[in-house]
Amino acid sequence: MGRRAAVASSLSSAIIVGLIIWFFWRAPNGANVRHFFLDPHSFWINLTGDPSRSLYSILRCFETNVWMFMLCEALVLIFGLGLAWLRLSRTPILAPLRVASAIYTDVFRGIPIILVLFAVGYGVPGMQAGWISQRTPITYACATLVITYSAYVAEVYRAGMNSVPNGQVMAARSLGLSDVQTMRRVILPQAVRNVVPPLLNDFISLQKDTALVGTLGIVEANQAAHVFGAMEFNYTGYTVAALLFLALTIPMTRYTDHLIAKDRRRRLAGGTV
Amino acid sequence: MSAVISAQNVRKRFGDHEVLRGISLDLAEHEVVCLIGASGSGKSTLLRCLNLLETIDEGDIVFRGQSLTDARIDPNLVRRHISIVFQAFNLFPHLSVLDNVMLGPVRALGRSRDEVKVEAMELLERIGLAPRALEFPDRLSGGQQQRVAIVRSLAMKPDVLLLDEVTSALDPTLVGEVLDLLTDLARGGTTMLIATHEMNFARNVADRVVFLHNGEIVESGTPSQIFDQPREAATAAFLSRVN
Repeated sequence: MGRRAAVASSLSSAIIVGLIIWFFWRAPNGANVRHFFLDPHSFWINLTGDPSRSLYSILRCFETNVWMFMLCEALVLIFGLGLAWLRLSRTPILAPLRVASAIYTDVFRGIPIILVLFAVGYGVPGMQAGWISQRTPITYACATLVITYSAYVAEVYRAGMNSVPNGQVMAARSLGLSDVQTMRRVILPQAVRNVVPPLLNDFISLQKDTALVGTLGIVEANQAAHVFGAMEFNYTGYTVAALLFLALTIPMTRYTDHLIAKDRRRRLAGGTV
Repeated sequence: MSAVISAQNVRKRFGDHEVLRGISLDLAEHEVVCLIGASGSGKSTLLRCLNLLETIDEGDIVFRGQSLTDARIDPNLVRRHISIVFQAFNLFPHLSVLDNVMLGPVRALGRSRDEVKVEAMELLERIGLAPRALEFPDRLSGGQQQRVAIVRSLAMKPDVLLLDEVTSALDPTLVGEVLDLLTDLARGGTTMLIATHEMNFARNVADRVVFLHNGEIVESGTPSQIFDQPREAATAAFLSRVN
């Protein structure tokens, strides 16, 4: 039975993949599209670059995407936590900050990131407000990603903190732990464990959104593909960029799914006392 | 005997409902007092008020001569002396059994890990769970978890131990091991205020039994007074229902 099922599923997969390929191959203008998006020669030039023709190597440009998202992820984790903590604080003196944190998350989750990118990337230098207006475009791009994603991640943290049962807080308090110790030693470790999958989901989005910063004139993978398209009238560069992003995000997606499945198994196993 | 902790005419309201209606209760050093009464009579609320997990509306709570309603009192400092164990154990699931026991002394009291570890292992030895010190709480049975929770409170060397129906969430077969531990502690002189539905246990262990009814202390006395010759009709009615 197991073997028959395996044969059946492989066969149906092969048929469906075959049909999709056949559809694109037989499309009336298919050959043309293949030339524009899947040209092997352009593919190679895009990957390696050609300085004599002022063509970028998309692989090298992709390094910019990678270090941007690594830096931004680290900052987002810190700022998001700060925002969530402020929002859940009960200290009366922090009430204005609690409100500010709520407004912040509402606003930045509600604005398309590309608009924030314009506001920060063109608005801040335009203010001519000294040091802060004289940063490089990539600094503004990172600031934008951090500003926006901190709002998302703060909500993820907050959901995680709320998912920790109140009895845990009571137990911590009754051992004489302070507010900060209760958060640091009891709530946060449990909250983070509960939200690793949604956090990684937001990181996958963040990785992809590094492709937007080309709008500020930063030559990252997507922008390099754009340049190639404009100069050579061929869009294979976008395919190269897409494949590079996939090489990065698919392992992350698989890992996230693995964690979700593991967490579910753990909960099911731990369901009986 | 001077009281370690005393409630003085304590009143507590949740909205329109007055849960505690003028409770006065003293607990002397090494004394074991059992609080009995129906669910909703205010037992849990009283315990929570005593270690400041709930604020009170009227009256006072005095710990070793010091009023705890004073605004300058830091509740966290108070709770190091007055520890509470809950019906639902509330062990920290992300920490090993040993780390559960060590968290309070190490973090709240700032004591050295090595020193605390020795004491924590001794406590776990006492409840027979030393071999499982490095396991996580969800690997233990309910009775074992509750015993760890009691030991976690003891590790703080509290002046008073408050126990809030600590056997109510347990499978009947596991109640015995937890009550045995409490009996052991009572013999060792731990000052305890125990809210319980286990009448035989209360009879055997308590120096004094206090019957709570609708937020008031209706009757208090030695176990034989309360269980054998209750003076009040409400006490007799309650006892006939649970027996």
